[in-house]
Amino acid sequence: MTLLNALSTVFIGDAQADRVVPPTGFTARLTLFVAGTMAFLAVFALALSLASGRLAKRWGDELAQSSTLRISAPAGQMDAQTEAALALLQGTPGVASARALSNEEQRALLAPWFGPDLPVDTLPIPQLIEILETDDGYDAAGLRLRLQAEVPGAVLDDHTRWRKPLERAAGRLRMLGWVAILLIGATTAAMITLAANAALAANAQVIAVLRLIGARDSYIARAFVRRFTLRALIGAATGTVLGVGAVLLLPAAQPEGGFLTGLGFAGGGWLLPLLVPPLAAIVAYAATGAAARRTLAELA
Amino acid sequence: MIELENIAYNYGGGELLSEISLKLAPGSFHFLTGPSGSGKTTFLKLCYGALTPTAGSARLFGQDVRQMDRDGHAMARRRIGVVHQDCQFLDHLPVADNVALPLTVSGRDSLDQVSNLKELLNWVGLGNRASALPPELSGGERQRAALARAVIMSPEVVLADEPTGNVDWEMSQRLLQLLVELNRMGKTILIATHDLNLIRTAKHHVQARVLRISNRKLQLAGADL
Repeated sequence: MTLLNALSTVFIGDAQADRVVPPTGFTARLTLFVAGTMAFLAVFALALSLASGRLAKRWGDELAQSSTLRISAPAGQMDAQTEAALALLQGTPGVASARALSNEEQRALLAPWFGPDLPVDTLPIPQLIEILETDDGYDAAGLRLRLQAEVPGAVLDDHTRWRKPLERAAGRLRMLGWVAILLIGATTAAMITLAANAALAANAQVIAVLRLIGARDSYIARAFVRRFTLRALIGAATGTVLGVGAVLLLPAAQPEGGFLTGLGFAGGGWLLPLLVPPLAAIVAYAATGAAARRTLAELA
Repeated sequence: MIELENIAYNYGGGELLSEISLKLAPGSFHFLTGPSGSGKTTFLKLCYGALTPTAGSARLFGQDVRQMDRDGHAMARRRIGVVHQDCQFLDHLPVADNVALPLTVSGRDSLDQVSNLKELLNWVGLGNRASALPPELSGGERQRAALARAVIMSPEVVLADEPTGNVDWEMSQRLLQLLVELNRMGKTILIATHDLNLIRTAKHHVQARVLRISNRKLQLAGADL
């Protein structure tokens, strides 16, 4: 059956064909409920996947091209070592620029931890040097060796040990989201198959009568397929609307809140939940069609 | 149109029917009789392809039953009207819709059929019961509704399994009269019944042949009836 045929079967249908199967109030509501719930969950899984994807990218981008040099030295040697380190960095291939952070910047970095009133001047705080890399990057091991020789108080932190696990965690989280979406789709198919099988079994007499008077299998199957497809579509549409509403109600991303508050959609991502109801309908169409063909083929 | 050639059928526990050959010629009128359990219903099912013979060959409208797929069977059913002993309907649809169901499922339900349907319902005496639901019908009304449903597609053959089984004598005669009228319109009729009175009555109105199942075989009964 071509796509166009399938669509016209489902949406235009045949009012008479729809009537040959008796209406079933209770199971109809259950199918609607299942489709709705699954769509709701799918929206969340989608939001999780997209948000963790964005997070992984952001962390990667922010941390990838920069590293930090920390110089701890007795007060008298601090300036000299800083100078030496900057000079050394300037001559290192792969380093785009190196800049010693000012006192104000260092205080701003510490403020979240110690409060704004901290007298930084009186504390033996190490000097930080921000290094921006070129696209090719520098040889971290080589730089460490040279620093050891020339600036004994310097410790190089190229952020790799922060970035890698975080990126990996975000990547896993995104994969988990997609796996959840797949599982939700498969579960929807399974539940609709069960519901369709139950409906086909409950209507065995109807099917027997229809066969007796010369109805083709495709006609009988259509009556069931159309029903379940429309139920899945309506249920999933409702669930999607509720799911998107719930995502909207989540607090917006804030710098202090970390990744948890970033859960949601951004930009074109808002269009993705629109795919959930049609996908649910396609799943229901395929599942009911397969169930109906299987059941009918077993009949005499 | 229906040709059975040396067919046999068994349900797994010995043969119920064997060495049966029959050709239903267009326009013929047959009775099928025999004791209960002799296989009348099985024989009818073989005639409309609901069962496949375990031996021999059955041909419907020139097509071997074994070679027909499920759609082929559906198409053959549209040319054979069947009235069952216990007629089944779609209980949630009114009588008129049930009678028109063969048209509906074959996509032939058009507006000009609506007046035909009315006429047909009047013909079987159900004109005023058109909007009743099947469970509300009496036994005789169900049989007549089933007959109307069997003939609405204007089939070439009408097979009836004990159509008068659940109805009184007067109703039996009415049903018989309807079947005789159909035969006069050129339809081939095969009625399974063990009601010999019915057969005798029919013989006054129509040239009917009587087939009898006895000892698993089909015999042409003589003029002894």
